[in-house]
Amino acid sequence: MPYDPRAVNFDFSPDQRSLRDQARKFLAEQASSARVRRILEGAAPYDAELWRGMGEMGWIGTAIPEAHGGAGFGYLELCVIAEELGRSLAPTPFSSTIYLAAEALLLAGSEAQKKRWLPRIAQGNAIGCFALAEGAHVATPGNLTTRAVGGRVTGTKLPVMDGDVADFAVVAASETAGRAGLFLVDLEGAHVTRTSLTTVDPTRSHARLAFEAAAAEPLGAPGEGWPLVERLLDRAAVLVAFEQLGGAQAALDMAREYAIGRFAFGRQIASFQAIKHKLADMYVGVELARSNAYYGAWALSKDAPELPVAAATARVAATEAYYQAAKENIQVHGGMGFTWEFDCHLHYRRAKLTGLMLGSARRWKDLLVARLEAGAA
Amino acid sequence: MDFDDTREEAEFRTEVRQWLAANAESKSGAFETWQSRYPGRDGYEGLERAKEFQAKKADAGFAALHWPVEWGGRALPPIYQVIYSQEETRYLVARGYFEIGLGMCMPTLFAFGTEAQKRRHAPLALRGQEVWCQLFSEPGAGSDLAGLRTRAQRDGDEWVINGQKIWTSGAHWADWAILVARSDPKAAKHKGLTFFFLSMRSPGIETRRIKQISGASHFNEVYFTDVRIPDSQRLGAVGAGWGVAITTLMNERLTSGDLRGPDFEEIFGLARSVSLEDGPAIKNAAVRERLADLYVKTQGVRLTRFRTMTALSRGETPGPENSIGKLVNAPKAQDIASFAMDLLDMGGVVMDKDTAPLRAAFQESLLSSPGGRIAAGTDEILRNIIAERVLGLPQDVRVDRDLPFDQLPTSAR
Repeated sequence: MPYDPRAVNFDFSPDQRSLRDQARKFLAEQASSARVRRILEGAAPYDAELWRGMGEMGWIGTAIPEAHGGAGFGYLELCVIAEELGRSLAPTPFSSTIYLAAEALLLAGSEAQKKRWLPRIAQGNAIGCFALAEGAHVATPGNLTTRAVGGRVTGTKLPVMDGDVADFAVVAASETAGRAGLFLVDLEGAHVTRTSLTTVDPTRSHARLAFEAAAAEPLGAPGEGWPLVERLLDRAAVLVAFEQLGGAQAALDMAREYAIGRFAFGRQIASFQAIKHKLADMYVGVELARSNAYYGAWALSKDAPELPVAAATARVAATEAYYQAAKENIQVHGGMGFTWEFDCHLHYRRAKLTGLMLGSARRWKDLLVARLEAGAA
Repeated sequence: MDFDDTREEAEFRTEVRQWLAANAESKSGAFETWQSRYPGRDGYEGLERAKEFQAKKADAGFAALHWPVEWGGRALPPIYQVIYSQEETRYLVARGYFEIGLGMCMPTLFAFGTEAQKRRHAPLALRGQEVWCQLFSEPGAGSDLAGLRTRAQRDGDEWVINGQKIWTSGAHWADWAILVARSDPKAAKHKGLTFFFLSMRSPGIETRRIKQISGASHFNEVYFTDVRIPDSQRLGAVGAGWGVAITTLMNERLTSGDLRGPDFEEIFGLARSVSLEDGPAIKNAAVRERLADLYVKTQGVRLTRFRTMTALSRGETPGPENSIGKLVNAPKAQDIASFAMDLLDMGGVVMDKDTAPLRAAFQESLLSSPGGRIAAGTDEILRNIIAERVLGLPQDVRVDRDLPFDQLPTSAR
């Protein structure tokens, strides 16, 4: 069973909360619904102006050590920013670059690899991506068809979030049968073909990456392989949980506001118990997800042994809370919720996207129980 | 973000640990309760022993940490109560005797009673020498408490009470009670109520035990026939009883209890020990998915409590968001009981303590857990509370608000 914390400082600090206020204010202007819709409806893969602004605010290098050109704050600050990015639906390559690519470098990169990429990431001059999936099935160490042989990778990865705009990719490939590892591939190099993909959420761009013996450097010590992938996914799961939490809270807030303003049968629809109880259930889902995400943040910030269980718990709670809130937000809005014009669908799309980007809740539940079994053994 | 006590909190925790080690009774197993150790004589043996412990606890200054010093408290912030309870849970805790008196009746008396009344009652309640109960719910007034119809009629310096209360925990051994009754049936529903306290030994009170579906009897029906209460024992103005009752109920939220039956650890342990048709239950995908769901909820509630404690620790008052805990835990207890029995398949029905796993704790919980979803705010009322007080949604249309009470439609009687 997990560590039993006692009392009692289970919240963000005043400084962290003022960072949250600052981020919320910035994103209300720079990632407004109109700005998000520019990416939804236009050809640009992401909001480059917003991405530059985030760099100027110092957010991109939040958890990158100062020695590598970052701000050297901690993961708690990064969680605070992630929640606001999720709330605003900010269409930038933040999650792939920071939660996955930079984290992979920090976890397993050589000094040379870190030196090459981290300062450029921190300055907003390099975008990274994480290439694991290979189509419409769950990726396992045993079924990866992308191969790494003699410093070159060959195979096709899809979908790769931000794969169309990234400068480099962290690629999962099998080295020998049933053994996988992570590799660093410069996407500007030769033997890489990128094709844009359509997904359920066009506010975040995705690509198919085809490697034909592309030059690749191993990340991490030989044999680290899949456990490294899992460690990376755990860390990203906590950070993405905060994005999901922000999105879930935003969907709940939208539903609440609409229900208060909308009249039917001569009164506010928010006065009907069918609506009130629906909103109460959304609230409970969001609050349980918030508490589980906070615990994940604590475990991530301390690199605590509880992290694998805490991350899986945060992931499952946040995935389900966001989907529930986004889905029911449409329902509360009635027919208007089903229109392109209303923003309900933006959260509905993002909820499903974030719910799958690190693997489905089904898979994380299985992982969670496996970890509880291992802990209780 | 950390989980460390402050220096003062750590010192207090040490003091509590030392005192409990010297004075509290140890548990013989995870599910041992005060009631299971002292089952005899309708709980009276447990009551006597609980009173002995309560007196020691009060003398040591642990019985009401947040009360003012003049009434035997230490005027400490609520977080100290949380610390005390955390430590006390490791021992066999006497539950169900004094919580209502100390957590609900005394705060109401402090807010509305005279100095002489506080001096007379608080010390005896604190030491467990006098036990209190709460006469609120009625057969026709549960979730809709303000619909109560027990009559209070003025007669000179006294009031005469006639009617019936129900679901009164501990009425059979209580010495004193708080009571809300209808003093003016012509006034609107919430405006015709008046609040009193009275001795449970008053002539005209009859108490009958209610047998629950679990077979246990924690509650009573209480009948009043021309029971007389001096007007000096009225709390608050005539017709202002609803406001006083709200004060009592606000305190109930801080008092309401934890899940006492099998929780995640027990269902997880069961899944690891029983086999299904395809091998160990813990390896079955459907079982794993449900276990994960239960774990996520369990952790979510536990961690939400830590957020509440953080607010307490900062001197903030926890709000109605506390309702989450009971709203999630009560149905979860029922789910766990039923799911556990499913894992036992045909054998799941057996309640024989020597045959059923965990001495039939899951089967017991199947029969006791429905009560958890009803007592101290039904699931539905809790959702209304969250919707109205946390999310700020408007109240439902109220057809009963402004009509004289005696003109409201009622159930067939």
